Amino acid sequence: MIITVASGKGGTGKTTVATNLALSLLGAGDGTHRGSRLVFADCDVEEPNAALFLRPLLSEKEAVSLLIPAVDTESCTYCGRCAEVCQFHAIAVVGQKVLVFDELCHGCGSCALECPENAIEESPQAIGHVEQGRVGSMVFCHGEMNIGVPMATPIIRQVKHIALEHCAEDTVILDAPPGTSCPVVETLRGSDYALMVTEPTPFGLHDLALAIEVARDVLGIPVGVVINREGVGDDSIDAYCREHQIPILMRIPLDRRIAEAYSDGIPIVSALPEYQERFVALYDQIMEECAR
Amino acid sequence: MKQIVVLSGKGGTGKTSIAASLAHLASRTASIVLTDADVDASNLELVLTPDRFVEHEFVGGQGAFVDRDLCIGCDTCRQVCRFDAVLVEEGVYRVDDTGCEGCAACFYQCPADAIEMRDRTSGLWFRSETPYGTLFHAHLFAGQENSGKLVSVVKQNALVWSVEQRTEYMIVDGPPGIGCPVIAACAGAQLAVLVVEPTVSGIHDLGRVLATTDHFQIPAAVIINKCDVNAARTDEIAAYCAEHELPLVGRIPFDTVVTEAMLAAQPVTAYSEGPIARELAEVWSALA
Repeated sequence: MIITVASGKGGTGKTTVATNLALSLLGAGDGTHRGSRLVFADCDVEEPNAALFLRPLLSEKEAVSLLIPAVDTESCTYCGRCAEVCQFHAIAVVGQKVLVFDELCHGCGSCALECPENAIEESPQAIGHVEQGRVGSMVFCHGEMNIGVPMATPIIRQVKHIALEHCAEDTVILDAPPGTSCPVVETLRGSDYALMVTEPTPFGLHDLALAIEVARDVLGIPVGVVINREGVGDDSIDAYCREHQIPILMRIPLDRRIAEAYSDGIPIVSALPEYQERFVALYDQIMEECAR
Repeated sequence: MKQIVVLSGKGGTGKTSIAASLAHLASRTASIVLTDADVDASNLELVLTPDRFVEHEFVGGQGAFVDRDLCIGCDTCRQVCRFDAVLVEEGVYRVDDTGCEGCAACFYQCPADAIEMRDRTSGLWFRSETPYGTLFHAHLFAGQENSGKLVSVVKQNALVWSVEQRTEYMIVDGPPGIGCPVIAACAGAQLAVLVVEPTVSGIHDLGRVLATTDHFQIPAAVIINKCDVNAARTDEIAAYCAEHELPLVGRIPFDTVVTEAMLAAQPVTAYSEGPIARELAEVWSALA
């Protein structure tokens, strides 16, 4: 069972909902939830924040690399085939020189496959790393992209690879990055449920609609909504969800106590323990929605 | 022309509300062009009520398609694909469009020529008029690739316009994160305004976005938004700025007037003359 917590707009409370959902299930079930192991993966590798709240004990670290071409100048005939097949303009042949632009390379390997002289070897270049460990009995993993690297998706794939090892039996919670493009799609792919966290403002609504389009319409994943900071704006999210028949599974009010706890890295369920039951109820509702 | 990009690392810290206000304040004394570089979730238009004048399609790249009549089921495409985008269901091969990065490795390797590369129209970009200046913005279609490339297209067009119209400022509302769309949003900027909130996440993410602007050698200034939510963390950020010789150009308290202005579809400086608007006016005089 894979639940992805997403939003479209940044800063709506994805990490807050994902971490508190995980901690509530962990607290309620002694590390397993109704027999299934809990796994938490922070897929926002540009700005990973879940560890600030979950404080995992990390035990393993592994580099994530992209395979970048290196040309053997001995056997290269400068025929230009590599540059011709590269769809990302990451390789250019100028006279008796082959230039590789690492930051444009997607690591697809097409140039090496196509080189008629077998003059291209690929060597791994680190673009970030993934770490894994535990929060109590829950498996935790996250990734971090190196500064100045453009492409997050290979690191997200590696985080998911660790998290989804036993996903058929586990309960896996994925904390998605903001937005609606490739990093979000990479996180959502293969999920059983998308939990969309939004705030009741014009920005929140606009971006919620886009995120639902990605999850439900493009990827075919069932969606439900959590309204965070209820009371800050208007009731347009309610109207939108009614019109599009999207269930609203939880409402978290605008509450200074929550904002203050968050600002110090304290989960809601630690500051306001009455929320634990509410997050377990949220999980039960997700299960009901998935069973439909 | 001075190009100012508003960034934050973490999402939802108030980039767009601040960018809209800076545009309103700047336009009172100077000519400006605006760019919304968050093409995933473009919100600047929601507070600037633009009239769209020009709309263009954005072809971001290509995607692979398998011709079932020609496919011999040899599995080569699946083996060469490093993005897990080739799926086999009951012996039938197809490409998952959401996973395909358009590298064409399968297209070149297929021994039966059963794969075709097709253009993908992955978004639209616009030139619009707002009360404060011309706005260049875009919509990336749901789940598409190449948001960084679309940001570059939007910015490039805004730059050409700003040269033609001789605008004095270009204000860029950036996306969250530190990846390709952020790098594209930063390119050529003279100043990055980093909006941070006084939280552990906000501070963590400020460090990473600052490392990114440093990497590209763009000078930065900091605004602390919702500074009264945690006074100790606000002091921590102020100390960090002092230590790293980063100008701290504003401390903006939490105020529901920011959301009220958003609901009224206006920059907060145009909507109200209260303390938030006054603080933002001081921010602009420090940046201009």
